[in-house]
Amino acid sequence: MAIKIENLSYVYSVGDAFEKKALDQINLLIPDGQFIGVIGHTGSGKSTLIQHLNGLLRATSGKIFYNDQCIYDENFEMRKLREKVGLVFQYPEHQLFEATVMEDVCFGPKNQGLSETEIKERAAEALRQVGLSEEYYGKSPFELSGGQKRRVAIAGILAMHPEVLVLDEPTAGLDPRGRDEILDQIAKLHRERKITVILVSHSMEDVANYVERIIVMNKGCVTFDGAPREVFQHYRELEQIGLAAPKVTYVTKGLQERGWNIDTMVTTVEEAKNAILDALRS
Amino acid sequence: MIRDITIGQYYPADSVIHRLDPRVKLVATIVYIISLFMFKSWSGYVLATLALLAVIRISKVPLRFMMKGLKSILVLLMITVIFNLFLTPGEPLIQIWKLTITKEGLSTAIFMFFRLIYLIMGSSVLTLTTTPNNLTDGLEKGLSPLKKLHVPVHEIAMMMSIALRFIPILLEETDKIMKAQMARGADFESGGLIQKTKSLIPLLVPLFISAFRRANDLAMAMEARGYRGGEGRTMMKPLIYKRRDKIAYGVMVAYLLVMFGVTRLI
Amino acid sequence: MGIIEAAKLIFEYAKYSEEGNIESVVRAIDGIDLDIEPGQFIAILGHNGSGKSTLAKQMNAILTPTDGTLYVDGKDTRREENIWPIRQTAGMVFQNPDNQIIGTVVEEDVGFGPENMGVPTEEIWERVEKSLKSVGMWEYRKNSPNKLSGGQKQRVAIAGVVAMRPKCIVLDEPTAMLDPNGRREVISTAQELNKKEGVTVILITHYMDEVIDADKVFVMDKGKIVMQGTPREIFAQVEKLKQYRLDVPQVTLLSYELRQAGVNLPECVLTVEELLEELEKIRQQEGEDHGNQN
Repeated sequence: MAIKIENLSYVYSVGDAFEKKALDQINLLIPDGQFIGVIGHTGSGKSTLIQHLNGLLRATSGKIFYNDQCIYDENFEMRKLREKVGLVFQYPEHQLFEATVMEDVCFGPKNQGLSETEIKERAAEALRQVGLSEEYYGKSPFELSGGQKRRVAIAGILAMHPEVLVLDEPTAGLDPRGRDEILDQIAKLHRERKITVILVSHSMEDVANYVERIIVMNKGCVTFDGAPREVFQHYRELEQIGLAAPKVTYVTKGLQERGWNIDTMVTTVEEAKNAILDALRS
Repeated sequence: MIRDITIGQYYPADSVIHRLDPRVKLVATIVYIISLFMFKSWSGYVLATLALLAVIRISKVPLRFMMKGLKSILVLLMITVIFNLFLTPGEPLIQIWKLTITKEGLSTAIFMFFRLIYLIMGSSVLTLTTTPNNLTDGLEKGLSPLKKLHVPVHEIAMMMSIALRFIPILLEETDKIMKAQMARGADFESGGLIQKTKSLIPLLVPLFISAFRRANDLAMAMEARGYRGGEGRTMMKPLIYKRRDKIAYGVMVAYLLVMFGVTRLI
Repeated sequence: MGIIEAAKLIFEYAKYSEEGNIESVVRAIDGIDLDIEPGQFIAILGHNGSGKSTLAKQMNAILTPTDGTLYVDGKDTRREENIWPIRQTAGMVFQNPDNQIIGTVVEEDVGFGPENMGVPTEEIWERVEKSLKSVGMWEYRKNSPNKLSGGQKQRVAIAGVVAMRPKCIVLDEPTAMLDPNGRREVISTAQELNKKEGVTVILITHYMDEVIDADKVFVMDKGKIVMQGTPREIFAQVEKLKQYRLDVPQVTLLSYELRQAGVNLPECVLTVEELLEELEKIRQQEGEDHGNQN
């Protein structure tokens, strides 16, 4: 049970002057239940990659297997895949369209052809999971604040009960608290429902705080793939492709350069604090 | 699919055609289109072809780029050709089942085919070599006598120019919202007409909201930069006829004269 | 005299019910006093909905006070005849890069403001050249804005404002929709304008890293200014900022946590370099202490 990507390539506008290779021979294995961060600067191919995962874009060459079945097989049901792999786009609040919050969240389950009661149940459950209280269910989504709208949009995907949840920049434009709230909810979902979460982000700090594995994209290729503490060891290479390590990694690295005997495999404030305290004590 | 639309696209290059006054280019396009419909002999088409090729060559816009714009009218083109081919009465040439191709039909179809292609390519030269702002400036100045009749010429021109700028942005947005709804299981393809129309609601509502939001933002940005209508505005690129523009008008007259002569003599 | 002076500034707007009746009145700005000196780099922090964008729009006379006063370069924003001079004095850059570029070619967009002001043609060209060069976008002058990156588009928007020769530029969350590289581009462009041209910059943001170099920081909450001071003074109050749905830069948070754990660090540390220096001092001191004990 997993997603397997084999030699995946995607080329824009094949055969004309604007031809551009957006993905170049990607190979990845995404086992069930992982919390993965995908980082890379704009145009590195990360958004293109995630749109392949639920079949919205079709690869120019290569294969994707969902639970050992190739999604490009003729008898493969693309609709089912879109239910299994829930994709939350950037600024998802821009896709809201129904008169009430509740109805909007019901849109996905309705398309799945579920019974009326189950649709309602799932929508209410999803709204609870994103931490939106009942008083909002009957309101128009356009009356809500930016952060609340975004949660409604995420609930719209959750209500479809995806096995894999892919989020493209879910915190873009939110204030620090709003960002923490959304990321905490996602982490909780990952823990409680054991779903695979793929988080595309620009923020190294966020990624370091939440994920167990980081995939770094550059020019359509996977440059690094590993646990945050391993990947951020390559902070110099990351800088060369327009990225960076979290600030705290620079602190411990800087101390090491000054001759400190310190653990530099740190990516969060907590880890850095402990490393520095240990180093000071010894 | 969305990428193929070249309407309102500008191809930046440094050529005489690019630098011509937009009014000249507007007039030239009209003259050229009229010439296509006025002269119906083979020689006229040879001349029209040569003129078009020469202008494209001078404009430095790759021919391939121009051809791309034709893709979007391919269906229309085929329908016109087929209609003309089979429905023109006259001397029968070939008979297939119940359909007859006449000699007249064949020649009208061929003429029509080239006329439409040249018409599109001729107007593409205009839009590809003229920035939308420049084009609207040209329209504004060209139509300025209408101001006396209280036609809001400046406002119309400004609206056109903004519309042209936002076409690509809204197309991209349409693509994005469509994908977002497809990720929620929306189906834009199957079903009957009513079903299909209904399925557009999840696309159209967000699209309208987004368009209004953009319009609101843009109005604010324009006000913040001191925009208050056409009164008291100066022009960064004022339209003044230069020598090359006068020459261009001369070339136009010459083209018409030669066309006239050629089609009568040969 | 300050370039922007607000006294007891209040702004309210009405919310309408579906029948078109006034349902409630929202007070977005609630009694703000401000005095911003010319030439400063000012940052205004606040969570979404704290009223910071509404305040920004007041400075450009897009919105005008319900009560109280706001003077921009000595001109009262409530007076109709001051609106255009004020918009010229205090230029504004907005959040969404796509929704504020009017021209279809970079240089034409930058010329839009001067055109509206009635600047003679030749001077427009001079201004366009100078402002595009000042934001480092001169080589893109013939490009279509649609082909630029987010950061580049915002720099064009800044150039469009600079071409109007304002004394003050208000940037309303200019980086909210950009990636880290774009954010850096825009912030360093604003800093450079402030240093080289002496333009007063008012940056509205909720990214903490962007305000470290500001001369003064204001924090807004519920339409009020709840904190003000230098970045160092502001970021020393970690708990208070969290209460206002904000944050501190990661390095500041780390040093705060270390202080809580008993490490003798100064009250507020803003940069990696600073923290390294301070920690190094502590280690040497401890080394000496050890030496003395032995």
